[in-house]
Amino acid sequence: MALLTPDFGLLFWMLVNFLIVFGVLAKFGFPVITRMVSERRDHISRSLQAAEEATKKLENVRQESLAILEEARAQQTEIIKKAIADGEQLVRSAQQRAADEAQKQLEAARRSIDLQKEKALSEINAQVALLSVDIAEKILRRQLDDRAHQESFALQMAEEAESIRRKRSHKR
Amino acid sequence: MNIKKHTILLCIAALAVCQPLRAAASEHAGGGQTELNVGDIITEHIFDSYWWHITTYRGHHVSLYLPVIVRSGSGGWHVFSSKHLAHGEAYRGFRIAQKGEKHEGKVVAVGAAGEVYRPWDISITKNALALMINSAIMLALFLSVARWYRRRPKNSTPSKLVCAVEMFVMDVEEEIVHTSIGKDYKRYSPYLLTAFFFILINNVMGIIPIFPGGANTTGNIAITCVLAVCTMLAVNVFGNREYWREVFWPDVPLLLKAPIPLMPFIELFGVFTKPFALMIRLLANIFAGHTVILAFTLLIFITAKLGTGINAGMTVFSVLLSFVMNCLELLVAYIQAYVFTLLSAVFIGLSRPEHHAAHKKG
Repeated sequence: MALLTPDFGLLFWMLVNFLIVFGVLAKFGFPVITRMVSERRDHISRSLQAAEEATKKLENVRQESLAILEEARAQQTEIIKKAIADGEQLVRSAQQRAADEAQKQLEAARRSIDLQKEKALSEINAQVALLSVDIAEKILRRQLDDRAHQESFALQMAEEAESIRRKRSHKR
Repeated sequence: MNIKKHTILLCIAALAVCQPLRAAASEHAGGGQTELNVGDIITEHIFDSYWWHITTYRGHHVSLYLPVIVRSGSGGWHVFSSKHLAHGEAYRGFRIAQKGEKHEGKVVAVGAAGEVYRPWDISITKNALALMINSAIMLALFLSVARWYRRRPKNSTPSKLVCAVEMFVMDVEEEIVHTSIGKDYKRYSPYLLTAFFFILINNVMGIIPIFPGGANTTGNIAITCVLAVCTMLAVNVFGNREYWREVFWPDVPLLLKAPIPLMPFIELFGVFTKPFALMIRLLANIFAGHTVILAFTLLIFITAKLGTGINAGMTVFSVLLSFVMNCLELLVAYIQAYVFTLLSAVFIGLSRPEHHAAHKKG
């Protein structure tokens, strides 16, 4: 029965030992360990959360920058397109203006040519008239050498003048 | 290659275990005679003792004689080394009761009228010293870990030792204490953690065959008794009203509790049987483990006189069995600490039931 009879001395020492160990560890041992572990656990979960948020933010920033880049590219294309169009427009208008100018000059040149031509023509006409009068004079002078011819011509002339006068008065 | 090395190591370990046993065997057998009393050897190694027999070297006992602290019938404390009481000698009127006497193996005193009585005895015995050593180990372990936490800046990486201790502590706190007790678990966790590691360290130290291990502390009823009483106090002192109502006025038909308090009696009986079961379970497991390992080791010496061949065969067999048993005991050391803590936590949890108003009349 020695197995099942607790010895007083050992009970005493066990109690002393256990109470000391319990007292010391309950105050300075286990609570420190468990508190630190739970603090660390909180810290880790907080850090994980923060990391997740940071990743999300980073992703947002990336998306934003991508969007900005895309927009910039679109704007660039737009600007280039517009520049090309403007250039074309400019060239076209310049060509137009040049063509207009040329046309105008051509016109002016033609007009002046016409004028010159008319002047020349009228001059020629005058010359021709003079020449024909001269020629006619000379012809007449030769034909009217004899008297008979002179008289017949004078008569013819008078008739003609008369017919012209008549015509005029008749018209009136 | 590896297996070979392990076998050699095992044999050396077995030799280390056997050395004191061989000495003990020769001691008990009366100086080299082949008379071997297995029961006595096991008893000596499993029960408490006034000295710590470490080994016997060439016929010389190497023992640690521990202080005997006794109070004689006439009053007055006596403190002296147990060396004076060795081999049944008497000193200052005290001697150790021999086999067959009353109070066998304990210090007894002879009164004035010649009667033999047991004095008040708080000697630092082998188990008491082992408890102190194990407590010192436990304090050193946990205080150093706690100090590490206090000293280091927050959130620094723990060392290997700190990690290992932390793993065990958090496992016990989360898996046993928290799940069994529930929301108020912080209040009880220091006690349950202390109980767990106290039992675990004492169990493991008990398996180590050489000094300062090898003392059968948790296989001694005085130790398990104190632990069980602590649990009983934790359960009943902090039990709430609902718990006591369930003990004295449980939710059973009126006839079972009104004229004769049958159920209250059973419930009240349960208050004491629960810690009693804790006490006996731990004691029996560790005690049995020590006994079986010792018995297997003693197989070598029992078969010594049967001839060299049988002895050699049985030695190999014994070493193998001891190895397996030691592994099993290592498992048991943990399991028993776990079971004691788990059941304590469950009993504490049961002593704090939620106030279920639905069951109450009126």
